[in-house]
Amino acid sequence: MNDSNALYQDAIKQMAQAAHGHGQLDSASGEARLDNPLCGDRVRMQVALEGARIAAVAHQTKGCLLCRAAASLLGARAPGQDAAAIEAVAGELDAMLKGAAPGPAAWPELAMFIPARAYASRHRCVLLPFRALQAALGKVGAGATANAAENHGEIKGAL
Amino acid sequence: MNAAVSALRGQFPLLAAAPGMHYLDSAATAQIHGAALDAVIRHETTCRANVMRGTYALAEAADRAFDAARHSVARFLNAGSAEEIVFTAGATAALNLVAQAFGNTFQAGDRVLISVAEHHSNFVPWQMLRERTGIELALIPVGADGVLDLTCLLELMGSRCRLVAVTQCSNVTGAWTDVAAIVAAARQAGARVLLDGAQAVQHGPQDVRALGVDFYAFSGHKCFGPGGVGVLWGRAELLAAMPPFLGGGGMIGEVTPALTTWAAPPQRFEAGTPPIAQAVGLAAALEWMMTLDWAAIREREDALCRQLIAGLQRIPQLRLLGPVAAAARAPIVSFDIPGLHPHDICQVLDGHGLALRGGHHCAQPLLAALGAEACTRSSIALYNDEADIQALLDGLAEARRTLL
Ligand SMILES: Cc1ncc(COP(=O)(O)O)c(C=O)c1O
Repeated sequence: MNDSNALYQDAIKQMAQAAHGHGQLDSASGEARLDNPLCGDRVRMQVALEGARIAAVAHQTKGCLLCRAAASLLGARAPGQDAAAIEAVAGELDAMLKGAAPGPAAWPELAMFIPARAYASRHRCVLLPFRALQAALGKVGAGATANAAENHGEIKGAL
Repeated sequence: MNAAVSALRGQFPLLAAAPGMHYLDSAATAQIHGAALDAVIRHETTCRANVMRGTYALAEAADRAFDAARHSVARFLNAGSAEEIVFTAGATAALNLVAQAFGNTFQAGDRVLISVAEHHSNFVPWQMLRERTGIELALIPVGADGVLDLTCLLELMGSRCRLVAVTQCSNVTGAWTDVAAIVAAARQAGARVLLDGAQAVQHGPQDVRALGVDFYAFSGHKCFGPGGVGVLWGRAELLAAMPPFLGGGGMIGEVTPALTTWAAPPQRFEAGTPPIAQAVGLAAALEWMMTLDWAAIREREDALCRQLIAGLQRIPQLRLLGPVAAAARAPIVSFDIPGLHPHDICQVLDGHGLALRGGHHCAQPLLAALGAEACTRSSIALYNDEADIQALLDGLAEARRTLL
């Protein structure tokens, strides 16, 4: 056994395979696309709101098992929450990965990512779907697809 | 372990201290040779002073060491003279230097031809130049094996091509570029050629005059030297005609409030205090490289490459990127296993002492052209042996068991 076996427990693999929320919404209130420039992973996240609550999320995720498991977990758990709750969970997850914080009490499943603490380069993999959902929630009402949340400028022009 | 490799390995402090380590990421950064490290320490503890400024004995010693380093690089590249060697912060800085100092002389409508296989370091500076000056940027395509497709080279250059800037060897597929064909076409079209040698230098000394190119860029950390230093070689007459990129100390003839004149190359392109000890360390690495039997090393690297490719081809569904023939590539082997993400593969391999990189390797246009999102890359250098390759193949079997 080694550390990577601890990381790749069945819980993470099953959550990734279940791919809860994978797909597209017919009409989204907001959406965002986020990339991890380190590895090219990409999450496109759509959210539909009813009032302030999330009625549905849908995501298209190209990424590693950690990223896909986190996206799937959001697909299962985000509906019914509001933006403030997602923000709180994302913040607690971040703190859990970075240090000794126990993780969000409301979402105990996130403890499956605790073995990723030792690998700072993988924290982004876990957080990417959360950041995408936060960005999508931030775009509610903005209309068009937004992928600019982490895009600080660009060079255009087809070759 | 092969006695020759074992002796080589012992000369690399990090590898000597970590016998269980399988370092297969030399394309990202090669390990530093003991002689390079010693040279840095010796310089910093006996000759540390700024260069080209002081007149005391210590400063003169620093000047001599820095100057000797330039001569070592010139020999490693078979350059016409040491004045053609510009020290930079790395290959990226060298490529940007050409895009700025040479590129800024281009007119709107002039063309720069690069390839789909470029590292982002030889891609983005040209997109930025297009923004600044309105040049056209054209792309040499690649075939399914990642090798540059040169069939339409003259058409791609058109009538106003000023520069062809291509990699000597892909950092993803290892495919060697047919430099001679590109140089011949560029001469016909009146264009200059910039070769990105970042991946080639760790596989032996180069001959820029035989290659026939006009500029050559590389990084010290990829050829067993220290980080923080790189080289731009340029033909003397081209460097002489180029304006500086960065302004500052050391690059001037005379400064007055009204007018400043430029120093001659290479100082014109080395504004500010250069990476002195790093250049000295790089020179030590290159001097060591120039003592080696590169035909024998190449044979060993190719044999390992063949062993690796044969082992990879037995893995179900594995897709090998790049040419299959070991002779057509540097020993850089990238692959994709459907259902297994490179990040996860590398994580499992790390648990077995294997250092490999997974991702897009700063070559997103190439991966897109090959229809891949990301891949796992193993790169072989002169200190690797059969045990490293076997450990990788065993580790991949373990990764499949752990992840699938
Ligand atoms: C082909 C190629 N060009 C340029 C570079 C940039 O080198 P550096 O990051 O040392 O500036 C690399 C580094 O990976 C490379 O592989």
